[in-house]
Amino acid sequence: MLSKRLIACLDVRDGKLAKSVKFVDTKDIGDPVEKAREYYVDGLDELVFYDITASSDKRNIMLDVVEAVAEQVFIPLSVGGGVRSVADATDLRLAGAEKINVNSAAVLRPPLIAECSEAVGAQNIVLSMDIRRVEASARCPSGYEIVINGGRKPMGIDALWWAQEGERLGAGELVVNSIDADGTREGYELTLTAMISQAVRIPVIASGGAGKPEHLQQALTVGKADAALVASMVHFGEYTVSGLKRYLHDNGVKMRMSW
Amino acid sequence: MAVIIDYDAGNLRSVQRACAQVGLEAEISADPDVVRQAPRVIFPGVGAAGAAMRSIRREGMDTALRDIISAGTPVLGICLGLQISFDYSEENDQTTLGLLPGKVCRFSFDQPDLKVPHMGWNEVRVVQPHPLLAGIEPGDEFYFVHGYYPVPARSEQIYAVTDYEHDFASAVGSGNYFATQFHPEKSGRVGLRLLANFSTWDGTC
Repeated sequence: MLSKRLIACLDVRDGKLAKSVKFVDTKDIGDPVEKAREYYVDGLDELVFYDITASSDKRNIMLDVVEAVAEQVFIPLSVGGGVRSVADATDLRLAGAEKINVNSAAVLRPPLIAECSEAVGAQNIVLSMDIRRVEASARCPSGYEIVINGGRKPMGIDALWWAQEGERLGAGELVVNSIDADGTREGYELTLTAMISQAVRIPVIASGGAGKPEHLQQALTVGKADAALVASMVHFGEYTVSGLKRYLHDNGVKMRMSW
Repeated sequence: MAVIIDYDAGNLRSVQRACAQVGLEAEISADPDVVRQAPRVIFPGVGAAGAAMRSIRREGMDTALRDIISAGTPVLGICLGLQISFDYSEENDQTTLGLLPGKVCRFSFDQPDLKVPHMGWNEVRVVQPHPLLAGIEPGDEFYFVHGYYPVPARSEQIYAVTDYEHDFASAVGSGNYFATQFHPEKSGRVGLRLLANFSTWDGTC
């Protein structure tokens, strides 16, 4: 039986680890390569790097980080942030990223998903979606809207429609990131996660809002997610990767317990 | 020393890095003659069966693979490498290499809850011992990403099985050829153990 996955997300800015709260006030919290290694040894199932570097002239730093991590971490490595073209995706793949996350650029130009999917394989393209709750309307009947540019720009695009469109265009996996829950530590947006997970055939990763181990358990059961993404819960030493996996295992979630 | 076959199908450097970690120096090559002379060969792959077969035939790598397998060179197939080793794949309705008897089928869409691809960590249950599976314990999980699964015609060529909707063959082999549906290069400690086993394997069972 397939295990649920625990994924840690490391936001990287100018080659250093950062953690944002509600997408503003980012602060540095250390060396991403060291953190990645620490989580790998502690049983992490998958690692995501999100490049939040603002200036394009510093983008290459990210490739160095990915390369350094890929040399010592032998679990799937997913990278996103600022992927705008097949060339961006190919560079990251060559540096050692297994999976490429596309987000804002795919919303602005949906064929990017199909192009990247063709170039590096559908299974390796992750459509990352930043989503906020809105009043249900003719434009957004699901009551959830796609937001881009790090949560700053609402697009008036229905999130459920976009998830299905992403699957149709060739995404191999979806990240459902709730802007409302992100940084609150009050739990994932379970209604949204379950709604999207049931509407597509590809795996769904729950993101945004984790603060306690039971939040992960809820996302992986009630939320029907295939994987749960955490960041600050583990970055500041409050919880460990192995401790979270143990908790989930003890509470009836199938996890990989030997590493 | 090993050669990793390059046929435009996937992230070969991941395999190369994991080999380096277990002390196996590996060169990536698209040259069939380099492959013929290699002391051991890794046949990886990510992508679709149709494109992979076109690329392999164009480069003459299909003949090189047949040559080294008859010559007794230890060969490790991974993921798509495993899949196109069989006779036929439902993916792209493609006739494949026929190094092993059997076919490759798509995971069923009958169950609405079943996510395809089969993506993530799953248990690999050893059903008969093999030198490459030495040290793999019950409960050990490996990383998988695939939408199709192998159906070997000969059950004695199945070395491990994995449960997704139903049991499927996750490791197969015949003589000096061994292949895994999972990715040892992305499977942490146990994956590295398998690669370390391969680095010293003489090709016999």
